[in-house]
Amino acid sequence: MLQAVLTFATAVVLMFVLMRLAPGDPIQRAQDDRMMSSQELARLRAIYHLDQPIHRQFAEFLKGVARADLGNSIEHGLPVTTLLAGRMVPTMLLGGAAILLNFTVGLWLGVRQAIRRGSREDRALTVLSLAGYATPSFWLGLVLAWLVGVKLGWLPVAGMKDPLLPPDAPLMVRALDVAAHLVLPALTLSIVTIAGTMRYQRTALLEVLRLPYIGTARAKGIPERAVVWRHGWRNALFPVITLFGLWLPLLVTGSVFVEMVFAWPGLGSLAADAAASRDYPLVMGAALLAAGLVVVASLLTDLAYALLDPRVRHS
Amino acid sequence: MTLALIAAAAGVGPLLLPDPLAQPCVLTCRNLAPTLAHPFGTDDLSRDILSRVASGGRISLAVAVLAVGLSVTLGALVGLVAGYWGGAVDSLLMRVVDAALAVPRLFLLLLVLAVWEQVPVAVLVLLIGATGWFGTGRLVRGEVLRLREESYVRAAEALGASRRRVIFRHLLPNTAGPLLVAATLGVGDVILLEAGLSFLGLGVQPPTPSWGGMILDAKSVLAAAPWAGIFPGLAIIITVLSANLFGDALRDAVDPRGA
Repeated sequence: MLQAVLTFATAVVLMFVLMRLAPGDPIQRAQDDRMMSSQELARLRAIYHLDQPIHRQFAEFLKGVARADLGNSIEHGLPVTTLLAGRMVPTMLLGGAAILLNFTVGLWLGVRQAIRRGSREDRALTVLSLAGYATPSFWLGLVLAWLVGVKLGWLPVAGMKDPLLPPDAPLMVRALDVAAHLVLPALTLSIVTIAGTMRYQRTALLEVLRLPYIGTARAKGIPERAVVWRHGWRNALFPVITLFGLWLPLLVTGSVFVEMVFAWPGLGSLAADAAASRDYPLVMGAALLAAGLVVVASLLTDLAYALLDPRVRHS
Repeated sequence: MTLALIAAAAGVGPLLLPDPLAQPCVLTCRNLAPTLAHPFGTDDLSRDILSRVASGGRISLAVAVLAVGLSVTLGALVGLVAGYWGGAVDSLLMRVVDAALAVPRLFLLLLVLAVWEQVPVAVLVLLIGATGWFGTGRLVRGEVLRLREESYVRAAEALGASRRRVIFRHLLPNTAGPLLVAATLGVGDVILLEAGLSFLGLGVQPPTPSWGGMILDAKSVLAAAPWAGIFPGLAIIITVLSANLFGDALRDAVDPRGA
């Protein structure tokens, strides 16, 4: 717990330093081609404390973080925290759907691979999943949107809701609408991340299936299916849980591209837009949130591991 | 094998193919489907896509190899120092590594690039390299901690070998295997990362071709000219996949325990 806090604090300092590594000042960049008087620029610099020496800037920044006040977005003029909060739900929906798909399909395929180790199917699945891992998520998103959405016209390819749907439509209809919009982004995000899950599950199960108690179970005449799932899989699930902590950074990164391609109104597309429009307080806010999520996820992973594995729990 | 082919194609290809910036006939050659004259078709600005994939590959591979070279060197240095010196130096360095690993690498880069406009490719290499060494640093430190207890390192120290000699003659060569594996797998990651940044318009700047930038260009005309986006994407997949498969094979060769 303490370590997680410490890690996050160091990350905050690191991010501030990194931000100031670039030459010039952010207001100059954000100005872009907008016409602004020098008084207006000076006023903006004062608001963002850029007229003060670097240690004062850092102190102001830390004060802000401590008060959960990340300043105002240059592009939107709204508080960064408000903008981030408004994008939380869509991202969690997309992330949740992707995790669900990744874990259910990934674990199942990983088990299949372990049972048929060395077979043609095992090797084909390995190469396929690695090809998914090697695929840029934005490219896969574009191709799926083009094939499934535009060519076949099966699914919507942009946004989270049909703007033509009346807001007083029955809940069921609205839920189905969101679900239809969710399919392609969630699918894209799962395909590019599923390799890790499959690989971990395959290795973990192979390791367990080598143990003597599996041999005993087989010798007792228990059907192979029950041996694999009831005896083996249950013990091969623990290592996969640790994957969740490793997996989250991938999900956060992937969602930047996937949300951008599918115009999904989440944190990822917000971060991508912010970076493109040089909106540095917003980029900083998104990065802070991403770091926070990763730290919390790895903390939860450790806790879950300790709770679920009696060997860790009792030591 | 495939990797060597890709490198050769990216190296020699641009010399044989038409100029990737050339626009042979501006109005009539836009978004042409693949033909013999343009095997991958042409893009919205009537440029030959095969040429652009080849020279984009040159840029992407060069960025990846240089950036990975930088991050592996940094990681090795930090890992050696942290592992060998131990104590406060080690704790401090590892805290920094933990913190840096907590921020997804893309966001680290977005932070710098959001303030920095129009990054030259050289700076891009430096930035990608400088944000990629954390994992390697931890890996090398772990190896050094293990090796430090080995009897031959103890013997060298007992014989009065200098710290520098112990580090560079005994420790570094023995971490070379894992380092090489990390570097190979790193190349694949960096190609994806650079493509992503270029796709966001923050990486390699047009008109210089890059795989990610080409997909960005193709995005708006995907229905009319899908080939403009499909070929650079396939180039990325094939390159990254072969780098990763090679890295896996290398890992199995270097460390039979992990297989």
